[in-house]
Amino acid sequence: MSLEEGSFNKRAVLRDSLAVAIPVGTYGAAFGAASIAAGFSVLQTCLLSLLLFSGASQFAVVGVMGAGGSPLSAIATGSLLGLRNGLYGMRMTPILKLRGMKKILGAQLTIDESTGVAIGQETRGNSASRYGFWATGIGVYVFWNLFTLLGALGAQAIGDPSAWGLDAAVPAAFLGLVWPRLIDMKSKLVALSAITLALLLIPIAPAGVPIIATVTIAIIAGWKLP
Amino acid sequence: MSALWIATLVTSLICFLLKLLGYSLPESILNRPVIQRINALIPIALLSALVAVQTFGNGKSLTIDHRLAGVLVAAIALRLGANFPIMMGLAALTSALIYNF
Repeated sequence: MSLEEGSFNKRAVLRDSLAVAIPVGTYGAAFGAASIAAGFSVLQTCLLSLLLFSGASQFAVVGVMGAGGSPLSAIATGSLLGLRNGLYGMRMTPILKLRGMKKILGAQLTIDESTGVAIGQETRGNSASRYGFWATGIGVYVFWNLFTLLGALGAQAIGDPSAWGLDAAVPAAFLGLVWPRLIDMKSKLVALSAITLALLLIPIAPAGVPIIATVTIAIIAGWKLP
Repeated sequence: MSALWIATLVTSLICFLLKLLGYSLPESILNRPVIQRINALIPIALLSALVAVQTFGNGKSLTIDHRLAGVLVAAIALRLGANFPIMMGLAALTSALIYNF
């Protein structure tokens, strides 16, 4: 790819990018293991990381299917969690100015981490932002997919997921994903309401519905609360 | 095609199209504050619901078992500032110990 030369410290940006890409990429092992525990094959698990490439959506798909949900609720939950990547794309459009094939590649690499690092470089200028976006996006993609495969193969080798605590690691992963987002009273209120609604719906609604139904809470809270 | 394949491929396709859409839409459409607020809250609602379902759900019933112990340890670890792999490792270890003994 042609990175436009600007006067910024490439090594500093690359350091920021790898500091994010390497640890995040290693969580791919947790996804790989969770996916196998939910009944997905190694191939399906790797395809989720290669094609879907958005951690929360991937965990959601295997979480919903593993809990006995229908493909429709897995697709709906995973896709709603992927909505924010679209908004990141809008944020990145004026910085990246992508065309053709690079638009396809850039779009696929648009996730929390690549956008976060790119925005974090804005004080260093747009060239630094672009470099941070590509370095982080490619770095996470490579490590995430590598560790997905390792996690999937590892989980396949160990047998009963519960004996290794994998059935608790999955909700712990979701907890770790939501934790940094609980920044104010509104977000905590939404989280508590969603937990309550989901628990109330489990005995009466088909699997998957208790999760997707909580979108209504986000819509109502976003609409009514300032 | 099996349910798992459908979930894998269709979610992948939709999520890619959503990413691409972000680079193709005029900025004004989704830039309204109410849309931004809802978009910030959707992951919070869904991820919280996933925590609840994966911790307590057992088919159509609710159970309290080894998983809850793991998740509580994860919450404590997060509270103390643990990073993601350590938090998950502690949760798995706690849950596995209770499950096996």
